[in-house]
Amino acid sequence: MYVIVVGGGNVGYYLTKDLISAGHEVLLLEKDRARSQRLTEELGEVVQQGDGCEARIMEEMGFARADVIVAATGEDEDNLIVCQMAKQRFGVLRTISRVNSPANEALFTQLGIDTTVSATRLIFNLIEQEIETDHLVPLAALARGNLEIVSIELSERSPVAGRSIGEIILPGDAHIVAILRGDRGLLPSPNAILQAGDTVLTLVKQDQEPQLHGVFSG
Amino acid sequence: MKVVIVGCGRVGSTLARMLVERHEVIVVDRTSESFRRLGPKFKGLKVVGPGTDMDVLRRAGIEGADVFVSVTDGDNRNIMAAQIAKRIFGVPQVFTRIYDPSRAAVYAEMGIQTLCTTATAAGLFCDLVEGRRPDTVLDQLQSYLDAAQKV
Repeated sequence: MYVIVVGGGNVGYYLTKDLISAGHEVLLLEKDRARSQRLTEELGEVVQQGDGCEARIMEEMGFARADVIVAATGEDEDNLIVCQMAKQRFGVLRTISRVNSPANEALFTQLGIDTTVSATRLIFNLIEQEIETDHLVPLAALARGNLEIVSIELSERSPVAGRSIGEIILPGDAHIVAILRGDRGLLPSPNAILQAGDTVLTLVKQDQEPQLHGVFSG
Repeated sequence: MKVVIVGCGRVGSTLARMLVERHEVIVVDRTSESFRRLGPKFKGLKVVGPGTDMDVLRRAGIEGADVFVSVTDGDNRNIMAAQIAKRIFGVPQVFTRIYDPSRAAVYAEMGIQTLCTTATAAGLFCDLVEGRRPDTVLDQLQSYLDAAQKV
């Protein structure tokens, strides 16, 4: 695939490196001359200097044959115009925009951008999730992330507090592997009774993690 | 008419002062310092904040506006603000200033009323140099200048 990344800040830089290692044809367009020179020293000729909103530059850089355009600058208005120009003028089918203000995500979608990514929104969601779900924390990912060991601290409201491990129906092949109570670690015998405040470590398939939330936090 | 102007630079402030005697004018700018250009007696409303932020535009009363003009010094900011005014808030008349002719052409096609001052000035100079414009054009330019002086 031919991917054009506009904006050589940290996001654009690391994305370009990853895309190159994945074997894609990549062009990184950076407006600032000094910054573009520094990037060229490291990444070579995939880096070009120019304004990704100017039709003449876009034409020179081959926007017309790009499969994907990624607008990764730190300014939302620049990202919007890069994507819209690419679509309107050069018929690019897939545009991905970094969005700095989360409020602009919906706006960009309405204005025709195919995909938006907001780091602010992602971090916010992670924090909200952690607060909501009785402190479920992924501890380790095994087998390329297919299996996870997750840690859940049981609240007073947890439906499994006061019940024995044998009674609890876990999703799929999930297994409770340990219970941490204060300073002690307990191995999970079927008769062991869970208490509020316990931290339960569970081995679970990643796609069954949402159901696991339901079991422990109701 | 209720007119929202985003950008209080030379163009935005002069336009606001031309309109304010006859219309309800609201001026939006990122920095309050820019409002000095409006003079101490300006009767319109001043709103501080980026003109591409929907909350700021709501505060400026965009929901009941008849006309929206974006004239900041950034093409992309002007285009984004104009699209928000037109597509999100449905302002009946939306105008924007775009310096870059290639961008102006694309957004004119997309239905945004654009004034590309680069193309306008270059084209006008070209006509004047080659004698394609009647003297009335020069009169017109003089009348704009007079109006700008008076406000």
